[in-house]
Amino acid sequence: MSAATAPVETRRARAADLLGSATQRNAWILGLLGFLALLLVFTKLIQPRYGVTGVQGLAISVLPLALAAAAQAVVVISGGIDLSIGSMMALINVVAAVLMKGQSEEFGVAVVLGTLLLGLVLGAVNGSLVVLTRVPDIVVTLAMSFVWAGCALLVLPTPGGGSAKWLTALVTGSLGNEWIPKAAVVLVIIVALVWIPVRRSRQGLSIYAIGSNRLAALRSGVSVGRSRILAYVLTGLFAAFAGLSLTASTGIGTPVPGPYSLMSVAAVVLGGVSLAGGLGGVFGPIVAVVILQLIRTDMTFLNVNTNLATVVQGLILIGVVMVGSLIQIRRARS
Amino acid sequence: MSGVASAPGTRSSGLTAAALRGLFRDRPIVPLLILLAVLVVLSELVRPGIVSPDWIAVELRAAVPLAILAGCQTLTMLTGGIDLSVGAVASMAGFVVATLVSGPGTPTGIVVALVAAALAGLVTGIGVGVFRVHPLIMTLGMSLVVLGLANVWQLQMVQTNSGVPPELRWLGSQLVLGILPVSLLVFVPLAAVILLGLRRAGYGRLLYAVGDNPIAARLSGARAWQVLIVLYVISALMAAVAGFLISGLTNVASVSLVDTSVLPSVAAAVIGGTSIMGGRGGFGGTIVGALILTVVSSLLSSLGYPEAVRQVLFGSIIVAVAAAYTRVTSES
Repeated sequence: MSAATAPVETRRARAADLLGSATQRNAWILGLLGFLALLLVFTKLIQPRYGVTGVQGLAISVLPLALAAAAQAVVVISGGIDLSIGSMMALINVVAAVLMKGQSEEFGVAVVLGTLLLGLVLGAVNGSLVVLTRVPDIVVTLAMSFVWAGCALLVLPTPGGGSAKWLTALVTGSLGNEWIPKAAVVLVIIVALVWIPVRRSRQGLSIYAIGSNRLAALRSGVSVGRSRILAYVLTGLFAAFAGLSLTASTGIGTPVPGPYSLMSVAAVVLGGVSLAGGLGGVFGPIVAVVILQLIRTDMTFLNVNTNLATVVQGLILIGVVMVGSLIQIRRARS
Repeated sequence: MSGVASAPGTRSSGLTAAALRGLFRDRPIVPLLILLAVLVVLSELVRPGIVSPDWIAVELRAAVPLAILAGCQTLTMLTGGIDLSVGAVASMAGFVVATLVSGPGTPTGIVVALVAAALAGLVTGIGVGVFRVHPLIMTLGMSLVVLGLANVWQLQMVQTNSGVPPELRWLGSQLVLGILPVSLLVFVPLAAVILLGLRRAGYGRLLYAVGDNPIAARLSGARAWQVLIVLYVISALMAAVAGFLISGLTNVASVSLVDTSVLPSVAAAVIGGTSIMGGRGGFGGTIVGALILTVVSSLLSSLGYPEAVRQVLFGSIIVAVAAAYTRVTSES
């Protein structure tokens, strides 16, 4: 044992420690990914023909809810909740569809940028109302879900409108390798471009801080109100992407909000984000959405009644949350 | 300087503001009744002659099921919870009765529906009370389960001819003497029990205690989990009753009939002054809240506004009223 080996060993121990804590921190996501892998193997076993088209269909059908889950995740991490995501998506969806119908492809680019900006504004309105009125966020966003859905109906009373060709092409088909659906690439790019810079910034840290302990965050100099509004603005941005993905994948605008607000809450919880705030990320909820959709697909392969699939989805949601809170209760006791 | 000069003025206006605030805080039902009266007068001004015994009866008939659903929200919100499964449970109840009419008969159907609702409520209550799942998530998951099972039931029952039984149609839509809805027969006793129960009964006080300060409630010997299990069973049973009335009123039985009333039911409770954080509120305000929402929505439709405008105004009213409550209760 020379003196030189000691630091190496401690370094190794520290590396193992880091690895250990990283696994612990990401245990939930690793578990989800493992489950997803098992589910894919299972799908292949029960339906040997499940392949390229299956994966592409999965990616497209998952895209709107995955983005909605990302939107919900941001605001839940900040200790809030947003029940107006589905309505915001409907509004963005119809605004984009109405503006794009019969217009040039170049104009479509402007529309996409404009609707993303609109998403930021919607989120800012939600966030400002929550902060300024001091009404519980669940009430404010519930009320705003009426407002945004009403606006969507005003913009477009019945389903219609159109989508720019490039926008539709952006989410259909595959990129390079046929196993890589474009929708999945788009999802990864959006999340990477929006979330990763935020996550690494001071602002991102403050979003986690206010979710974890608002008073402590305030005392350590975080501007709580501003950070809360920022979280809602990011949620609005993700909701705008989700709404655009509806326009892209359906080719029209539908003024009636889908079940995205509540389903995104479910996905966020399954994805390891604590409803109490401060914990989790955007990645877990997205994986959870993929899993939920794949379970639905599997059940159709197994000729299970699709309505039972809804039951199973509900049971999974309840079961996972129950187990999660049981673990928490146990931990609190020991 | 100007501050000194205007001091008497601000003081008197401060006094009245304080008095108003106190009124709003301690007796929220008074300003709500005033708002309701204003809305009724507004309806009359907009469409002269519209306010008649008939109109009142129709408004009451529409408000009763909403008030019952809002009652579910009020009771659960008092404990700091919420019940988003009322829509699925209510639809399921109305639907089950309709499918069992031709076979086992209406009374059996009603019993089956109530038992099914109670089971759903029991599971929800166990989840919230024992496993401490967030009520939002628990009731959301439960509504998926109930909706799915109701759909499966629908496929089983697709062969038999079904329909809303005449008894429920009578209960939900008939008017006695042209002015009193029959549904008041259900609603008045139910409302009396809830109003008295929340004030006088030990269980009613426990709801406030658990919602206001769970730790204090536990230290003083309340078993929160028992309170919560009973609460969610009661809530599901009330939702089932509302489902009977709504399917009778609309003469429709479908598994998603009541879904559109879930958010308005939360809105009615919030407008009625029940805090979603728990411990504050009551059923009286909720009834007035349901009436206000019903009158607003019929006022807007009589003005010929499309559904869209109605929704936007609906949402804005909720935010405004909730903000007013928060202001008066937190500045005291």
